[in-house]
Amino acid sequence: MGEKEYYNIKLTVNGKVVTGSVRAEISLLDFLRDNNYIEVKKGCDKGDCGACTVLIDGKATVSCLTSALQAQGKNIYTLKSLGSWDKLHPLQKAFVKYEALQCGFCTPGMLMTAKALLDTNPHPARESIKEAISGNLCRCTGYRKIVDAIEAVGRGEL
Amino acid sequence: MTEERTYIGKRTPGLDEKDKVLGNVIYADDFTLPGMLHAKVFRATKPSAIIKKLNADRARKLPGVACVLTAGDVPNNESISNVVGQTTEVGLLEARHQVLVKNRVRYYGEAIALVAADSVAAAEEAIELIEIEYEEIPGVYNPLEAMKPESPKIHGDNNIIAQWKLRKGDVKRGFAESSVIVENTYRTPRQEHAHIEPESGVSWVDDMGVINIRIATQVIEHYRDVAAVLGIPQSMVRIKGTIIGGGFGGKEDVTAEVFLGLLTWKTRKPVKLTFSREEMGYGRQKRHPYILKYKTGASKDGKLTAMEAEIISDSGAYVYLSPWVLLYSTVHSTGPYFIPNVKVDSFSVLTNNIMTSAFRGFGGMQVAFAYEAQMDEIAKKLKMDPLELRKKNFLKKGSETANYQKITSEVLLKESVEKALSALGEKSKSTETKKTGRGFACSWQSYGRMTYLHDTSSAWVGLELDGSAVVRSGIPDLGGGQRESLRAITAEILGLNIEEVHVISTDSQVTPLAGTVTATRALFMSGNAVKLASEHVLDIITKKASEMLNTSVKELSLKNKTVYTTGGGSIPLVKVIKQCAAEGTMPQSLATYKAPFTDPVKTEVIKDPVFADFTFGAQAAEVEVDTETGIVTILKYASAQDIGRAINVNRVEGQIEGGAAQGIGFGLMEDYIEEKGIPLTLNLATYLIPTSKDIPDIQSIILESKSGKGPFGAKGIGEPAITAAAPALISAICDAIGVRIKHIPATPERVYRAVHDKN
Repeated sequence: MGEKEYYNIKLTVNGKVVTGSVRAEISLLDFLRDNNYIEVKKGCDKGDCGACTVLIDGKATVSCLTSALQAQGKNIYTLKSLGSWDKLHPLQKAFVKYEALQCGFCTPGMLMTAKALLDTNPHPARESIKEAISGNLCRCTGYRKIVDAIEAVGRGEL
Repeated sequence: MTEERTYIGKRTPGLDEKDKVLGNVIYADDFTLPGMLHAKVFRATKPSAIIKKLNADRARKLPGVACVLTAGDVPNNESISNVVGQTTEVGLLEARHQVLVKNRVRYYGEAIALVAADSVAAAEEAIELIEIEYEEIPGVYNPLEAMKPESPKIHGDNNIIAQWKLRKGDVKRGFAESSVIVENTYRTPRQEHAHIEPESGVSWVDDMGVINIRIATQVIEHYRDVAAVLGIPQSMVRIKGTIIGGGFGGKEDVTAEVFLGLLTWKTRKPVKLTFSREEMGYGRQKRHPYILKYKTGASKDGKLTAMEAEIISDSGAYVYLSPWVLLYSTVHSTGPYFIPNVKVDSFSVLTNNIMTSAFRGFGGMQVAFAYEAQMDEIAKKLKMDPLELRKKNFLKKGSETANYQKITSEVLLKESVEKALSALGEKSKSTETKKTGRGFACSWQSYGRMTYLHDTSSAWVGLELDGSAVVRSGIPDLGGGQRESLRAITAEILGLNIEEVHVISTDSQVTPLAGTVTATRALFMSGNAVKLASEHVLDIITKKASEMLNTSVKELSLKNKTVYTTGGGSIPLVKVIKQCAAEGTMPQSLATYKAPFTDPVKTEVIKDPVFADFTFGAQAAEVEVDTETGIVTILKYASAQDIGRAINVNRVEGQIEGGAAQGIGFGLMEDYIEEKGIPLTLNLATYLIPTSKDIPDIQSIILESKSGKGPFGAKGIGEPAITAAAPALISAICDAIGVRIKHIPATPERVYRAVHDKN
């Protein structure tokens, strides 16, 4: 095995410039978690569960199937970009109000997918919501409350 | 008359939800310590083999590798545990386990060696450098084959490792008196828990020499297992649970605790171990696949006369909780019906398949699929409405089950079915190729552990000087709001604002042991313990206040941090607490709730009460079957459960809906497939679980008989929520296409074949 090559990368995460030196096979997910963006969850590392979903240039993307190199120069948003303790994002408020979570492990990815949906389709129909989050697996809730919460934000309730 | 409550029965907001939506929760894998090592497990790639050579020298020499452990490095590598009630008719009287394979590999994925290195990459590389040579030996992958005397033996001299029986009345006579008899064989799949959070933990040795393990677990009491393997005192191991990213029984048996304990103990360094998704497949227990042969008879007017069943469970290569899962199945095998003549023989059989153990439902849902299908088939033969048939046979309060146990709570099954069915509304129309159908199923499911285990749960409650309260309970929070319910109970009893109650949980060295968050026991057991402790604190306060106010205790009540007399007098709670403190009678209490106790099970024939109580409920579905593709779409779905008393309505709905969704997966799509012990569905691209597009809007209907043994009359709901889903769906499919699927999951292929074989 030869020496592994490292590449310097620079990207923007939640508005902050982050730099690093990575090997080609490092995923954006591992890069983010190594840089303490632990709100991005690793559920399967194969693009099947959606727990690691972040926004890349506004698009909901599974960070485990994105190499860190591919994210070079991009704008990444994680769950931490949404709201703060004193000022929750309407989606976060809705997830609390509608109890749209149990264990909470799928929630970071679910919320980012919902954010991407509402950014392009502010008043989605129930079926569009179900379609949009179909790549984000939740094993606890049965999804109804999640769909209720996103729908409530869509109709401007929160 | 219902007493008005402040928090019980309301939609109490979750105490951790804000942190969960903000991404603030530090789950097991999110935690790191300075100088922490990363661990990986080297696992077998043969299902049945002898290890001829194992050489880890190259791995050990790799830069960055701190240690490689094999079986010889484990102080107590093998352990045994007793299976109760078994005689010489079964193989292993004592269940054997090994931490790491010493010599013989019994299933694909079995752990052989552990590596700890200073990076994940180094640990992974070290795993690749471990050299192994196997000699494959004949294995057995079908439990029916494994039961034959000539089959290869997995452990001792008999692959049957547990058997249970029900014997009631005389089935021969019962069948002779039957007008109709229905006989069928059913099969259920090997379901995977598929929690989204992998098993994970971090360990370290603290400045008192205690091994600390911070881990996502349903059972903090596994510190005892770590101590046993290491051969050190139990007091020197601490399990600190995390907020768990899903469990469903998958984090009930030991996950990474023992591996972490070993690696930290050897290196004296912090170690992290997180399983990969594939490892969660081949390295972890599943739900037992069952073969169920049922024969049920009924009289002309629809009274059940006899039931005979043979139940065979594939336990995989190690015992784990298989005998107890089977015991649950056996007791629940009659369904929630009174049957005068019953004969059940059930067997738990070792194979070289992936091991099977606890999973939400714990043996209750495999039998529910069979007993409900039988009821529908009898109704069909008698040309009777399936609910009418059931109504003639439902257990009632005071009825005796086939294990001679009296039902002590209300049975609202008729009401559950009626409410679930009416929630479906107007029936959708069929077309030429899309047939709609409806079905329902009933279930009973015990809550609380088996009573001969003498289950207890302890909790501590105390008041701070400012009147706020602290609750300490070892119960882990599985995401079902376990801590929240305890908070609500204490706030209710002590008349506090819920925000003023803090719950400390899931730490074996800090919190009184409350037992496991399994067996639908968390609210029942720890809820009762916290209620007892809170009531004791209230007693201390009112006793002191009665002295201070010169009145009798009976005239006092505590609300809004004030003790009131019936005559209009009052004293601030804080003053009473200060007086208590001054006199050294602190307003605090350590209480232990004891579940109903029964004698140990002594024989294979179960003829004594085994459970404290049961939750009864029903689920109903309307489906559309595409006869050209076999695809089943669920159009409408409702689940009605008598949960005794809702402590937190949001959380009860969450359990009912989530349980139904997981049960829908079991009925329609989930199966962990192995071919001669080789797993084929290793990730979530091949092992499919329901997505938002597979699950309709589940309507949850809460019935409250207030007759349970939990706090305020609550029953349990975690497991009961899943039990009736599969039979309800299969019944609906049968209504749509006229054929009953007897082998679940009802995949499009199976449904397509059912439609086309009929024609």
